[in-house]
Amino acid sequence: MKFGILINEGPFTHQASDTAYHFTKAALEKGHDVPRVFFYYDGVNNANKFSAPQADDRNVVKMWGDLAKEKNVDLVVCVAAGMRRGITEDSLAEGFRISGLGQLVEAGMGCDRLMMFGD
Amino acid sequence: MLHTVNKSPFERNSLDTCLRLSKEGSAILLIEDGVIAAVKGTDQSAKIEGVVGSRPVYVLGPDLKARALSEDQVIDGVKVVDYAGFVDLAEEHGAHNAWL
Amino acid sequence: MAEFEFETEGVKKTFTFMNRKAPYGTIYALEVLETVLISAAFEQHANIVFVDDGVYQLKAGHDTADINMKNFSPTYGIIEMEKEDADEDEDIDMVWRIIVEKESLDARGMTEDDFKVDVEVLTAAEIADLVDASDCVISG
Repeated sequence: MKFGILINEGPFTHQASDTAYHFTKAALEKGHDVPRVFFYYDGVNNANKFSAPQADDRNVVKMWGDLAKEKNVDLVVCVAAGMRRGITEDSLAEGFRISGLGQLVEAGMGCDRLMMFGD
Repeated sequence: MLHTVNKSPFERNSLDTCLRLSKEGSAILLIEDGVIAAVKGTDQSAKIEGVVGSRPVYVLGPDLKARALSEDQVIDGVKVVDYAGFVDLAEEHGAHNAWL
Repeated sequence: MAEFEFETEGVKKTFTFMNRKAPYGTIYALEVLETVLISAAFEQHANIVFVDDGVYQLKAGHDTADINMKNFSPTYGIIEMEKEDADEDEDIDMVWRIIVEKESLDARGMTEDDFKVDVEVLTAAEIADLVDASDCVISG
């Protein structure tokens, strides 16, 4: 099965990104595909390379970046939502790319399931 | 359709709206703070107790544990699943409807 | 970096856009609307549903001058126009419905006369069945 993932909230303030991450990992471990994760609303903040959590806590931005690299997951940050919140190429963490809202609709069209995680 | 509710019924009306606007018999999975709705003996327990006989209701185990809630505190008939189980539910029950 | 090529040629899905929040207290109303408009470019079917405080989004007469926020309510008029164009044009296979929940209106002492666009008022049970049949649900 192909799962598209939509994440509405940023790291740390809400659990949404963590839940989405654990779901994504579990889906991949079961042999499903997760071709795209789309970050919208405050979810774009998951792509902020300047995030510096405490050393004894998880690094959500890096978790996603590592997953993208290891499992070839497409991490897409909405350009308009990103611009509103200062997420541009200059602040973009490794593993993410910036593109339009059409990429979310495309994921909804092309995947078997679109899973949404928010507040 | 798989309905998820991620907020406590003490905090927000998401569970109420989910119950009102979901098709009878469709599956509900309680996640994040929403797991509080699955706990026996609270002022909100009746909401899930009222539907557990007529539709499948699940609760995400890792979120219970994180909040120091044990499986024997869970309302009878609500099944505890892990993230792998969440994926299985998503596969089985069709489109995802997240009640935030 | 992965860039997956989706097979979307000829794909026609029904998206439900579920609006439950009042406007301006959060950005969700506005950013869901932006997604609705993009889905038109892909000619996908859409149920644009307003329940709970989401019904306030459609209320005529938003005046945001004193809170200094952009009044985005004209966008609902654009959505209504997109819907009407699709309904009238036989070459466009795109069914859009603008739906408000009766129970949410009653709870707030509102009627469809409060709105700036034409809507279908459906009961909770009718909305439950309609949304159950959709392929993707996006909400704020």
